[in-house]
Amino acid sequence: MAVGENQQAGVRRGFATHLADGVRRFFHGDLWHSFTRSPVVMVSAVITVVFVASAIFAPLVAPYDPFDLASIDLLDSEIPPIWIEGGDPRFLLGTDDQGRGILSTMIYGARISLGVGFASVLFAMVLGVGLGLLSGYLGGTVDAIIMRIADVQLTFPAILIALLIDGLSRTVLPRDLHGEIWFYVLVLAIGLSFWVQYARTVRGSAMVERSKEYVQAAQVIGIPPLLIMLRHVLPNVMGPVLVIATINLAIAVITEATLSFLGVGVPPTSPSLGTLIRVGNDFLFSGSWWITIFPGAALAILVLAVNLLGDWLRDALNPKLR
Amino acid sequence: MAEARPVQAVDDVLVEVEGLAKLFDVSPPLLNRLLQGQKRVLLTAVDDVSFKIPRGKTFSLVGESGCGKSTVARLVVGLHAATRGRILFEGADMAGVTERAEAAALRKRLQMIFQDPYASLNPRWRVSDIIAEPIRAHKLIDGRRAIAARVGELLEQVGLAAADGEKFPHEFSGGQRQRISIARALASNPEFLVCDEPTSALDVSVQAQILNLMKALQRELGLTYLFISHDLAVVYHISDYVGVMYLGRLVEWGEAKALFRRPQHPYTRMLLDAIPDLEMTGRPRIPVAGEVPSPIAPPSGCHFHPRCPFAEERCRREAPQPLATAAGEVSCHAVAEGRLPEVERAAPPAATET
Repeated sequence: MAVGENQQAGVRRGFATHLADGVRRFFHGDLWHSFTRSPVVMVSAVITVVFVASAIFAPLVAPYDPFDLASIDLLDSEIPPIWIEGGDPRFLLGTDDQGRGILSTMIYGARISLGVGFASVLFAMVLGVGLGLLSGYLGGTVDAIIMRIADVQLTFPAILIALLIDGLSRTVLPRDLHGEIWFYVLVLAIGLSFWVQYARTVRGSAMVERSKEYVQAAQVIGIPPLLIMLRHVLPNVMGPVLVIATINLAIAVITEATLSFLGVGVPPTSPSLGTLIRVGNDFLFSGSWWITIFPGAALAILVLAVNLLGDWLRDALNPKLR
Repeated sequence: MAEARPVQAVDDVLVEVEGLAKLFDVSPPLLNRLLQGQKRVLLTAVDDVSFKIPRGKTFSLVGESGCGKSTVARLVVGLHAATRGRILFEGADMAGVTERAEAAALRKRLQMIFQDPYASLNPRWRVSDIIAEPIRAHKLIDGRRAIAARVGELLEQVGLAAADGEKFPHEFSGGQRQRISIARALASNPEFLVCDEPTSALDVSVQAQILNLMKALQRELGLTYLFISHDLAVVYHISDYVGVMYLGRLVEWGEAKALFRRPQHPYTRMLLDAIPDLEMTGRPRIPVAGEVPSPIAPPSGCHFHPRCPFAEERCRREAPQPLATAAGEVSCHAVAEGRLPEVERAAPPAATET
């Protein structure tokens, strides 16, 4: 038996082979199969990818830079979309009250919306998963304290907590400082209102995993608790977390839009989709419906697509539904 | 009785358990206790258990479900903290080892093999990483290449191929997984292995393979085993000494062959009578009567008296003390008073011969 050779091969197999292995497994796996079987999910994925890509490459995709004051002309204000009489071929979807092209502003707005969305979901996930792991694995007093905090927070609507934190930061921080760090304030506000869901899910799974024998085996070997949590328990509780994260991305984008619509989120100087909707709202009845309708429709489509993806992921990863 | 040896006089003791006790708090939540006036409830899982395991030997604990044998295993490897009593490893109290370096040095000398081969391996780790975990944790070997070589060696030692390290646990059968589990336990070159029902989740044919592997490893590496099982045929096959537990107490222990031939305690006799046996086909057998009482409210005196055919008033009142026998020790009033008829049994059919 060529045992020595096998060992050598085992050593030589590097990261690249593992990656190729993983990619091959993915495309042969159940997940990819169920993905290709569902046209709705594929369309959702394409929409999401288009949004994310255009947000990332906004300067390349957008016809104009809405923040470049030199390219904005007040004379161009409130031009309707090109297919309506009076439309300007330069502005596909018309312009807003300051003469900024709606399409360009939307692309940059989606950038801010998705940026805040991703960052706050990531923040909520790290916080929630961390606290949930501690709670579920350690149990006892730590568990009781973390879960009671979570219970109390659950009694407040998420948007209320986000409003509270945002309002607090405006009062505490000097005005110009808040103008600079609004992104982080928003991420903190939205993230803090979502961590409970992750914490509860992870806590439940961690309690199940903790009693399994592979965790006890690690304890007998003498692995420190923190390492057991990160290396053994965490990978085994991440499945549901990814599903929640996908669905939460849509909720986070909406929350940001709501906050911005209420005028407490993103400052008007760097408009997100929510800010655009709010600004356009003032012109809705004066006939310039396009200022608010297009960002609104974009937001609705984005959220719907991400939600559908999340739902599909939840079902596809659920072994009972296979 | 002529071949009886004084087994207590073994001097090379590796592991000694002294007056070990473990109580679990199973009280209702604080709020219920305060509002409904419920009391604290303690479950005595292990009650004053003492035994010694000589180096290179196998000591088995048997008993029905819930008698505390698994708890003893968990106490010995440190998964639970003992409520009372001491566990001595080469004469040193394990609870006294608090310094990190010393604790790590002790940890790698004792390892555990678990019951469920489907739960004891992390499903998201490659087998080579699972087996290498103790090596990396205790920094026994440096360098990827050297570790991989050692993992391959361990895999071959338990009868798998070195190339199997690349696979994930779900690609193996139950028996193969248990081999991986054994390889992981051997990775830190331990002297003492605690085996918590390592074969009870396996097919009978695979059980024999695993048991033979464990016996071979014991001979090769001079391992000492604490073996937990409820399968007496398995226990007979692998043990040098056997302890019988009932409701948290060690009611009898002794040298395996002698204990199986001349069981003293009425409970031991009852267990042995319950072993299915081809020769006994068609003959009436004495079934194991009754249920194990709740360990939350154990019977007074000797825990076994409600099920014991020889129970008298004294058994209900006072707990029996250990009494030296030809093979080991027994805790029974009836034996002490000579009320029990001596029995001589044929050895049970071993599951397999090595």
